[in-house]
Amino acid sequence: MYDFFYNTNIGLVILTVAEALALLVPLLIGVAYLTYAERKVLAAMQMRKGPNVVGPFGLFQPFADAIKMVTKETIIPSGANRVLFLLAPMLTFMLAMLAWAVVPVNDGWVSADINVGILYLFAISSLGVYGIIIAGWASNSKYAFLGAMRSAAQMVSYEVSMGFVLVTVMLCVGSLNLSDIVRAQQHMWFCIPLFPMFIIFFISALAETNRSPFDLPEGESEIVAGFFVEYSSMSFGLFFLGEYANMILMSGMTAILFLGGWMGPFGLWPQLGVLWFILKICALLFVFLWVRATFPRYRYDQLMRLGWKVFLPFSLIWLVLTAGALMAFGWLPNA
Amino acid sequence: MITAILFYIFAGILLASAAMVVSSRNPVHSVLFLILAFFNAAALFLIAGAEFLAMILVIVYVGAVAVLFLFVVMMLDVDFAELRGGFQRYLPVGATVGVVLLLELAIVLGGWELAPGAVQLRMSPTPVGMSNTEAIGRILYTDYIFQFQTAGLILLVAMIGAIVLTLRDRKTSRHQNIRHQTERTVAETLQLVSVKLGAGTTASGGILRPIVAEPEPVEEEADAGGHGHGH
Repeated sequence: MYDFFYNTNIGLVILTVAEALALLVPLLIGVAYLTYAERKVLAAMQMRKGPNVVGPFGLFQPFADAIKMVTKETIIPSGANRVLFLLAPMLTFMLAMLAWAVVPVNDGWVSADINVGILYLFAISSLGVYGIIIAGWASNSKYAFLGAMRSAAQMVSYEVSMGFVLVTVMLCVGSLNLSDIVRAQQHMWFCIPLFPMFIIFFISALAETNRSPFDLPEGESEIVAGFFVEYSSMSFGLFFLGEYANMILMSGMTAILFLGGWMGPFGLWPQLGVLWFILKICALLFVFLWVRATFPRYRYDQLMRLGWKVFLPFSLIWLVLTAGALMAFGWLPNA
Repeated sequence: MITAILFYIFAGILLASAAMVVSSRNPVHSVLFLILAFFNAAALFLIAGAEFLAMILVIVYVGAVAVLFLFVVMMLDVDFAELRGGFQRYLPVGATVGVVLLLELAIVLGGWELAPGAVQLRMSPTPVGMSNTEAIGRILYTDYIFQFQTAGLILLVAMIGAIVLTLRDRKTSRHQNIRHQTERTVAETLQLVSVKLGAGTTASGGILRPIVAEPEPVEEEADAGGHGHGH
């Protein structure tokens, strides 16, 4: 049996497909229930009830929404570029799924344990902007185009400081492998020594996923729904799924980089492993929703100011400080 | 075997999309094909075992440079069909130059011979038991540190130059002075007045508007230029 799965091509293919399904099916269910959680959390914070009609406590609401979306008609505007119009949501959804290949959910539980895992994640998350730009351009609508332009500038701006945060973490770990990054936090999670970077990373993650308070690309009150204003039914659904999957991915990245991934606090219950990881992701997702219920939307110039004039200099200085401290005290890994 | 098949697939798509970059009618399609070409180049790097270069290629070129390309191409209102109008007229000249270059390349490559033992004489072979990320880092930051830093400095100068050339204070746009904004206190912006009942109405039931003094214009500070765009 072992021989078949590890030493023949067919076995390897079956194994890879099974691994992908084992990761993606729970992820998609997680996405479905994240939409439910968002509505429930927002409702609780605004003293409403939220969805409570379909099933017990409204628990089947996500499935009702999914069925509604699948059965609706896909409308393609007559002036739109058909191929690109349909390509954009698929691209968004695919990229959101693709990134999970390198995410270690437990010690050794990772489908592609590559050397440059963190760069891979950074590359995939920086590609997310294409789905939005292509959607905005292919829709042939001025609101969609405005949303796409805003999004392009926003995501490129916040990637820069995010890159510096990643470099700081890499300096402390001495490896680009995600499992190594988690193992390096055995004694202390990076959110303690690198606390400011943790905050910057989380806020940049909000901006990267176009979440409130940085949801200018879809600012309802100014540009209707931004880049996906022309989308309907499943093509809209794919954007929706992609956005929520990206939220989970960014929370997972934050958990891996700063909160010790699959490790419990103070080494508690190491056998829980994957459950710790899920718990951390859920806690971070709650903060995503909490922020949405709390903060008003940023104005565009404030957004740019925060990215370029606050985060960029700050993370650059902190990077130099970290490098200096590691060098001065001889804490450099692999030295 | 599988590697060879993958190589030919990626190389084929790379060449095809490179051809589409120059021949596609729609400039946005051109940029998208350029992105596809970058991707396949990254895949070729991966096959060659240079995973660091592959990831950097995707992050820098696809994730940043091509986004700005696409941004500009979508914003520009250039009639590319007109620019490409002389295609047939220039085709013979272009084709001749291309064929000559191709022949020269073929001659050079045809006569190319590897000296025996050249592989062993390489300047910096990847050390055994070291990932190529580490190997590149070691080479760049030890032997070639000055060249590397010089390249960085040149890029920095180019960046500053671009900012200096394009930054200008538009007199028509209004800026928000963040410091001024956050230093405002309740005392200087709000005034609570207790008004007697009926004091604001005239006898006929109309409303008397209080006379409000024009607020004094806030002095713009000299360094206030470039605080984002107007609003």
